[in-house]
Amino acid sequence: MASSFDRIADIIAENSEVERDRITPDSHVINDLGIDSLDFLDIVFAIDKAFGIKVPVEAWTQEVNAGQAPAEKYFVMKNLAERIDELVAAKAA
Amino acid sequence: MLLEYFQMVDRILGLDGDAITVESRVPQQSPVFEGHFPGHPLMPGVLLVETMAQTSGWLLLGLNGFTRMPFLMGVKEAKLRTFVAPDTPLTVTAKLEHDGSGFSVTKARIEAAGKRICDAELTFRTMPFPAPELEAAMRAQGQRLGLQGANA
Repeated sequence: MASSFDRIADIIAENSEVERDRITPDSHVINDLGIDSLDFLDIVFAIDKAFGIKVPVEAWTQEVNAGQAPAEKYFVMKNLAERIDELVAAKAA
Repeated sequence: MLLEYFQMVDRILGLDGDAITVESRVPQQSPVFEGHFPGHPLMPGVLLVETMAQTSGWLLLGLNGFTRMPFLMGVKEAKLRTFVAPDTPLTVTAKLEHDGSGFSVTKARIEAAGKRICDAELTFRTMPFPAPELEAAMRAQGQRLGLQGANA
């Protein structure tokens, strides 16, 4: 099976105007790829469905806004893929 | 249904699990029909979409116990399958497709006399009520329409 990074990158390319080859492990979803909030909702919906999880975007955003976590922890592609893997593992546990 | 006041739902028939059914009748007369269209009054398709959105909204409010207000953000796969004339009784259903973090997705459809009129997938951002007046108004409206839990 493709890696989580590849699956997420494919989902982003399918649900936005970002071309697949622009998406790298170091891409920041918002700052580098320019994903807007509606496209981001579509992407999260697709990730939720594809991985069978509920990505806690609200909690992540609150953490970032409160200065409790850097945005990179959640919104840089390689880290996002790690977070998704953690959510999948937590669900399976 | 009062088109000019965006009151698209007349009565909530029931909320069953993650689905809701409402009824509504297209008014016999409305200023909307003066423009849409002269001599050939038709329910505007965008207002059919709004009717599906409001029905989905009541579903989400019923499911979340009026803790978060849904705001329409996306309309996908909207199909307007037939003309809808004044005085047509409508049955509208909406089903929760996905409950995400800060958003929800529904699938809704409108039928008249058992015939499918339109359907769509709708995306809503859900957030705490931005004003107490809005929550009070939505609860009052939900109670008037027969939504259980609206008067809590």
